[in-house]
Amino acid sequence: MKTRILAAALGLGLALPAMAQDSILNVSYDVSRELFTEVNPAFAKVWKDATGKDVTIEQSHAGSSKQARAILEGLPADVVTFNQVTDIDVLAAGGLLDADWRKAFPNEASPYYSLPAFLVRKDNPKGIKDWDDLVRADVKVVFPNPKTSGNARYTYLAAYAYALDKNAGDATKAQEFVKALFANVPVFDTGGRAATTTFAEKDIGDVLITFEAETGGIAKEYADKGFVRVTPSLSLLAEFPVAVVTENARKKGTEEVSKAYLEFLYSPEGQRILARHFYRVNDPAVKAETAADFPDVKLVTVEEVFGGWDKIKAEHLAEGGILDTLFVNQ
Amino acid sequence: MSSPLPLSPTHTAAPGQGRLIPRLLIAAALLSSLLLVVIPLAYIFYRAFAAGWAAFAANILEPNTLHAVWLTVLVALVVVPVNVAFGIAAAWLVARFRFPGRGALLTLIEIPFSISPIIAGICYLLLYGRQGLLGPWLAAHDLQILFALPGIVLVTLFVTSPFVMREVLPLMQAQGSDQEEAAVTLGASGWQVFRRVTLPNIRWALLYGAILCSARAVGEFGGVSIVSGSIRGQTNTLPLQIELLFNDLNIAGAFAAASTLTLIALLALVAKVVLERRR
Repeated sequence: MKTRILAAALGLGLALPAMAQDSILNVSYDVSRELFTEVNPAFAKVWKDATGKDVTIEQSHAGSSKQARAILEGLPADVVTFNQVTDIDVLAAGGLLDADWRKAFPNEASPYYSLPAFLVRKDNPKGIKDWDDLVRADVKVVFPNPKTSGNARYTYLAAYAYALDKNAGDATKAQEFVKALFANVPVFDTGGRAATTTFAEKDIGDVLITFEAETGGIAKEYADKGFVRVTPSLSLLAEFPVAVVTENARKKGTEEVSKAYLEFLYSPEGQRILARHFYRVNDPAVKAETAADFPDVKLVTVEEVFGGWDKIKAEHLAEGGILDTLFVNQ
Repeated sequence: MSSPLPLSPTHTAAPGQGRLIPRLLIAAALLSSLLLVVIPLAYIFYRAFAAGWAAFAANILEPNTLHAVWLTVLVALVVVPVNVAFGIAAAWLVARFRFPGRGALLTLIEIPFSISPIIAGICYLLLYGRQGLLGPWLAAHDLQILFALPGIVLVTLFVTSPFVMREVLPLMQAQGSDQEEAAVTLGASGWQVFRRVTLPNIRWALLYGAILCSARAVGEFGGVSIVSGSIRGQTNTLPLQIELLFNDLNIAGAFAAASTLTLIALLALVAKVVLERRR
């Protein structure tokens, strides 16, 4: 009897994935769960209206490099929605999708974007407005360790880009600025989530630097603390690239619905959901509607300031690179 | 600890100073277990229920969290019986027989104790992955091992495999094979010997091993995290779901899930205590 129950249970467990027919798997980065919880039913409705077919979208969330690795090893992703261009390039190198995947969708296959921005304490007591305020002697800054966190890497690059812009491209002055910024960080956590805890729960520091999209989420989660979002005058464009994992989708016969799913992110309805989650979008109408949530900012790109990620890796992030000299000498 | 003072002839502690040190030690032990175990555990439940029962229930009944609970229980339901069978067989083999390679086998069985679960996860990834040794064959036959239930079960089996054997073996060795041999000479069949003699002798150790094994299986994180694929509502076990909720800033949900996981572990312990009482 017992074994029969067990066998039934096991059978049911094995049957679960097979039962969910007409479904696609969206493999995503770690903090996008709430976003896609809202996107997926909206898309399912649009798809049903257009084709009369039901579709379920399964979600997987983890660090996007780990996800890329898992897909290479057989995680059957139909689409990826990542926060690092390089992690999709890895899939292209592994033969799972075309090398020119960035041409497959508008805006270099990035339906939404964000930028490093600030979150300050209630009523902004230190009057923090821009990057310059972060190097003041009376300001303590919180962001994770740029050696281990992709999020903090953006912060580092954004601060560097700001200082370059301010000092007419003088690299020495930019490095001094970043060094002064590092010196104001009381503790470097390993990841974005830990830095959030440091700032929001341990009450350490005057300002937290993270993606603008997350400052909105954190302010909402800790509503009782009255955190204020601050957007600096200049920041670095952080893209959130998407792609159909053509190899998997072809095998499963889900190419059409996968493509439609990603296209939905570009539609006004999709863009409106994204904006509600504090991501910036390109749709003109949605932009106009949500302008109050997104202060003007001068955005620079990794390509134009640093000449691309390969160059950043070689010059800044490599062992003994610029980041090491600034980070060690604090 | 050599004392310059001669021991008192009667060896009883003096009422004053003599009892102070044991008391201090007991107080230190109590305090440290309070700080390290009791308060953190109590805090999990406090946070889980901070917003009331209704909020707790809503968090647990959230379909993906509920599925994670079910998946975790399912994995334990598969893993524990397999490990019980494996543990008894392995312990019996090592306790009753002398053969070349016995020492090596003992060491081999204990490997999962000493290596980090994440290594198990990576090994399975490299073996069964698309780019791995068996990957192409599995893909050609449409068999999904990784990022599905089989992968999670395999890694959990690996991680928990020594528990039952390690509990049963010392008892089997201490008891020797006299009773079993007597049963055989009285005409008992192999199965009868096992049912009537071996099993009753080892049942408490077996139970203890099974409980440890289930607690470990339910709580396994690192290895499973590698092979799970973290598909929510499908391959997210409860520990992975807790991490997901925590990273999502869903603190209430994370604490609700964490308290459930803790509760499962505590239930296992209570079951053990109750069964021991009935002994």
